[in-house]
Amino acid sequence: MIQPHGGKLVDRVLRGSPKDEALERAKTLPRIILDAESVSDVENIANGVYSPLEGFLGKADFRNVLNQMRLANDLPWTVPIVLDVTLQEAARFKVGGEILLANEGGRPVALLTLQEAYDYNKEEMAEKVFNTLDKAHPGVAKVMTMKDVLLAGPIDLIQESPTPFDRYKLSPKETRILFKEKGWRTVVGFQTRNTPHNGHEYVQKAALTFTDGIFINPVIGKKKKGDFKDEVILASYEELIRHYYLKERAVMAILQMEMRYAGPREAIHHAVIRKNFGCTHIIIGRDHAGVGSYYPPYAAQDIFEEFPDLGIVPLFFRAFYYCKKCRSVVNEKICPHPPADQIQYSGTKIRDMLVKGEIPPPELMRPEVAKIIMGFKEPFND
Amino acid sequence: MDKEFTTVSIPTSLYKKIEEAVKGTEAGSVANYITKVLRESLSKQETAPEVFSKEDEEKIKERLKALGYID
Repeated sequence: MIQPHGGKLVDRVLRGSPKDEALERAKTLPRIILDAESVSDVENIANGVYSPLEGFLGKADFRNVLNQMRLANDLPWTVPIVLDVTLQEAARFKVGGEILLANEGGRPVALLTLQEAYDYNKEEMAEKVFNTLDKAHPGVAKVMTMKDVLLAGPIDLIQESPTPFDRYKLSPKETRILFKEKGWRTVVGFQTRNTPHNGHEYVQKAALTFTDGIFINPVIGKKKKGDFKDEVILASYEELIRHYYLKERAVMAILQMEMRYAGPREAIHHAVIRKNFGCTHIIIGRDHAGVGSYYPPYAAQDIFEEFPDLGIVPLFFRAFYYCKKCRSVVNEKICPHPPADQIQYSGTKIRDMLVKGEIPPPELMRPEVAKIIMGFKEPFND
Repeated sequence: MDKEFTTVSIPTSLYKKIEEAVKGTEAGSVANYITKVLRESLSKQETAPEVFSKEDEEKIKERLKALGYID
């Protein structure tokens, strides 16, 4: 089984009496209310999804991630996982003390042992992570609204916050045991935030031809307007897997995490996460984790050159399309026919057809999948 | 200011050899090349495999069965 990032799967989930004691202490501790995205980050740290992180980044790690795309110990890490608070809030906390992290409903989530509070430059952070300062970029826009102080220190998870998708949620420990039970020695991870069209299926199956299993891992959480709703993504994938995959070769579980749209940096982040889940390979397609035209189409593939020590093998795929002459899904490397014979897998085009109530042609999307999507009254995020 | 780089000594002859080898390549410089090679080499060092306790493993298998992931 592939080693977790940094060599050890982090487990900072409190159980039994340590959990009871933490809940008791929490009653008198200063608290921070976390939004749903930060709650996901806390859970991902505690469950080992973000191994080797044991808490929010301290200043040395933060600076190194921005400047070197690595933690201070040189381990690849490209997206800062941080907790921001106001100056007034920060003044209430003492280094060395505990802080209760609660969700928006006031339910205790975790304890943070404060090691450090530090300031940072939002413009620098945005520019380095997203390679732009354009506020129309959703990641930049979010950084610009962050509070002024970052808190760092290890966290201990008291309890997970329930979501409608918990039955699809597996921790890295669970996926590792699952892959072992299935007898998979090589596993390819597929990151998605979309419903599947035939191009996705082709890429997944091409990769699966060379590995023992595929781990389809949709990102569930905050996304941008116009993206498919989480429940639509899950239902459509379930339908696809039911009809077109071997049960013993394909597994789907969710990754509860906000999309940052950091393009190449986020591709590395996604690879690290899938490594922690036990994947030996990850599919990286065109414009992975991109948005608009902020990143060159294959920048998310090129960046892997800088990480020979990542420990997970990226499988790079070009853009696929359907060729009417070849009568199959092809790409520019294997199809000699002109553009007039091509049907592109355009997410926008498929979305427009679905909005109009038209079933996309079977060359673009499986009819069973289209039917499931059209069964939802409002399949897209407002 | 972050102290992000340090200096190590290597034989001049080796340095020149690398300098020649990296000309016109993606590595671009001797420092980049050495950094990449060392990182790759260090990442291949064997570490102890992850072991879960029997109890943990059984509990997880039960959940995976209940969710339909395994029979």
